[in-house]
Amino acid sequence: MPIDPVLAAYSDDLYLGAVAVYVIAMFLHAFEFVGNRKPVRARALVATNGSADAAPAEDDAPEEPTTGRTRSDKCGRMGVSVTVVGLLLHVVAIVLRGVATERWPLGNMYEFTSAICLAAVVCWLVVLRRSPALRPVGVFVLSPVLILMFLGGTVLYANAAPVVPALQSYWLAIHVTTVTIASGLLMVAGVASILYLLVKAGKVGKLGAKLPGADALDRLAYRVTVVGFPIYTFAVIAGAIWAESAWGRFWGWDPKETVAFVAWVVYAAYLHARATSGWRTTGAPWINVVGFATIVFNLFFINMVVAGLHSYAGLS
Amino acid sequence: MSSPPTAPPEVTAPESEGRPPRQSAVRRVLAFLRNTWRGLTSMRTALILLFLLALAALPGALLPQRSLNQQLVDQYFADYPTLAPILDKGGFFDIFATPWFAAIYLLLMISLIGCLVPRNLDFVRAMRSDPVATPRNLARLPHHATATLDEDPDAVLARVRTLLGGNRLRAWQRAERDEADGARTVSAEKGRLREAGNLIFHLSLVGLLVGLALGKLFGYEGQVIVLSGGNQFCNSSILGYDSFRAGLRVDGTELAPFCVRVDDFAADYLPNGQPDSYRAQIGYQSAEDVEAGDTTRWSSYDLQVNHPLRLDGARVYLLGHGYAPRFTVTWPDGQQRTGQIQWRPVDMTTMLSEGATKFERPGVTDPAQRQKSQIAVTGLFAPTSSGGQVITSVYPDLRDPQVAVDVLRGDLGLDDGRGQSIFSVDQAQVDSGALTRVARANLLPGESVTLDDGTQVRFDDVTPWVSLQVSHDPGQETVLIFAILLLAGLGVSLAVKRRRFWVRVVPTGDGRTEVRLGGLARTDQAGYGEEFDRLRVAILGEDHRPPEPSGPAHQSESSGTPETGEPTGSTDRGDT
Repeated sequence: MPIDPVLAAYSDDLYLGAVAVYVIAMFLHAFEFVGNRKPVRARALVATNGSADAAPAEDDAPEEPTTGRTRSDKCGRMGVSVTVVGLLLHVVAIVLRGVATERWPLGNMYEFTSAICLAAVVCWLVVLRRSPALRPVGVFVLSPVLILMFLGGTVLYANAAPVVPALQSYWLAIHVTTVTIASGLLMVAGVASILYLLVKAGKVGKLGAKLPGADALDRLAYRVTVVGFPIYTFAVIAGAIWAESAWGRFWGWDPKETVAFVAWVVYAAYLHARATSGWRTTGAPWINVVGFATIVFNLFFINMVVAGLHSYAGLS
Repeated sequence: MSSPPTAPPEVTAPESEGRPPRQSAVRRVLAFLRNTWRGLTSMRTALILLFLLALAALPGALLPQRSLNQQLVDQYFADYPTLAPILDKGGFFDIFATPWFAAIYLLLMISLIGCLVPRNLDFVRAMRSDPVATPRNLARLPHHATATLDEDPDAVLARVRTLLGGNRLRAWQRAERDEADGARTVSAEKGRLREAGNLIFHLSLVGLLVGLALGKLFGYEGQVIVLSGGNQFCNSSILGYDSFRAGLRVDGTELAPFCVRVDDFAADYLPNGQPDSYRAQIGYQSAEDVEAGDTTRWSSYDLQVNHPLRLDGARVYLLGHGYAPRFTVTWPDGQQRTGQIQWRPVDMTTMLSEGATKFERPGVTDPAQRQKSQIAVTGLFAPTSSGGQVITSVYPDLRDPQVAVDVLRGDLGLDDGRGQSIFSVDQAQVDSGALTRVARANLLPGESVTLDDGTQVRFDDVTPWVSLQVSHDPGQETVLIFAILLLAGLGVSLAVKRRRFWVRVVPTGDGRTEVRLGGLARTDQAGYGEEFDRLRVAILGEDHRPPEPSGPAHQSESSGTPETGEPTGSTDRGDT
């Protein structure tokens, strides 16, 4: 399997580009919190420039014709648009990786974390489309994405290369892709639960004014988890089916398998806690955070510290 | 998994009922059993058991496990001489085989079954009964609306029926009732499938455990190394294996006696040494062929990683490979012996291998003489040698093979009754002087070294070997089926939403009709707000907006999203 170095280089460039664009988006989202609360139109009318009368016309959205937009609101909206641009670069970066290596682009930890971030961003945009009012959460979704992408581009980076025989299976596409999607979703859910706990504990200070209410955050966490959890379950089952043909047994308590099992049990506990009086609002979000921590632990610690059959980090 | 609706959450609270001052012992025992059972099957206990399960499994990932790697366990004992024996007493190096781990998941299963049985009965009852009667005051529900329409009650009810019975919302189950004051009501409910999914999910867990147990009882797993070039292996007994892990009910007498012959092995590597593909060309005879005495017919198979041979209920895997150098020893009297045995790779990236090929001088019958004339060729093998005095391997493929060997002569210690490694000589024999080094040489294929007594040791050539694993697990189909059911049940139980919807039509007397609507989401997934709105508009028309939501206001969701007022309270209890 020859590697196309030119395409691989383009892929790397686009990855960097995506990171840069996400950074801009994150700052725009952050400005949402510091921006003033006066409508922009009022300021525009004060100004006597030639563009003064054009500005309000642009600003007026059909659904809220009377209020006008605050600067904070504008920043938030731009943040979302810029996120979409970053997402496009990100998608192309991953696709080019696949084309350059002529394999499914999920063969090492760099590619894996990149795809998890992609899944998280897509999930976030879908959530936003359904509940636009959650937008101020954006900065808190983009920060872990950027941390992961930074680590991916530096510590975890692996050159475009073919994969070892054990990974040459169509189950790679099924198992790893679904694990990625589930991890991305559960990351968004974990962020929502962390924010929920912070809001609930009154630790957000002035940010609280712009953040969605605790109930909305809790609902976001739950709704994303109930989508992510079945996908995760499917991924674990697909992994077991793959292990049956690659390693000679469908389940062998390999460290990665063990922690995947632990994470599954934790998320099962989360869903049960949601249905247990007394646990629903206090215990459940903590369990969700623990679940997310377990996923992260499985991604980093197990791959990089504990040796096991899943040692495909591509790190030397 | 939740306690049945009739069980109070605090099952052990003594003051829950007026208890008579004295109880008979039998009653007390019964009460204790009942309370224990209720406690065990409550959701709280299930939660705690889930936590325990997660917590108990975690050391399995952090501590080395015997089932995975005995060497790492030994290393751990060497590194932590005081801690390791204590951990070992608790079974921490075999977590998944310990009684306490089994105790947790068995308790969880009992809790689950104890919870499921009453639920199952409830579910059947609920499937048969009509949706619950319309509450008296619909305005107290999380979703509600009221309007007075210029229609008669029949027209409104007809519209409701079409709406709730139409194709799009076929899932609604309806019941119509007449009330004493002339009002008429429609109760509708949907999402009962959720409970079915829930039950399937939990029952599948039990099935999964049964499948796992089948595998543990009747499965086996054996590893064997076979030299390529036409060597055979038959699954006729445990003795044929280098290592064998038998299920609890496997004694090795009923293995499917198929045979496998390894004709050729080829590994492809990338220029940087990373393996690209491994494939073993094998022939096999099924148990049926062997039993029929048809020993000449071989079917061929291309055995690769990810492509095991599935044969007679077992699977044959290509697990690993290595090299077996062949040496020929020619004694001064002209007698020759050729030896070839696998050497083990010590560096997986370059396949530098080590081993010991052992010889006995033929024709020596005197035990004392025999023990002086045994020969071992031991050292390193490099598939692609670096050359030079001290060789190492620079590439995993067979490009430029060379061995760096010591030839030892004397007593190998094979007769002292202790087992010894096939990859090395017994160091005790060397230390005691019973075995001495008589030559050291780096040999290319065809080269030989001559010992002081004129004996020649020649490195002939090298053959790859493959490590095969034969696995049999009669439970794995069961596990697969239940895993798929589990997934389906999970999907249904999380995707289906339980909704209740009520309509009350009250004739106002002037030919108009007052219509009151109420809605309740029995699971806490948001989104019923939108659906309720659609129903409201379809029944009441666009211009009858509901009053401001009475639920807690969500400061930032009040714009744009119609989910405001979604009940987040206690409507979902016992539904997950």
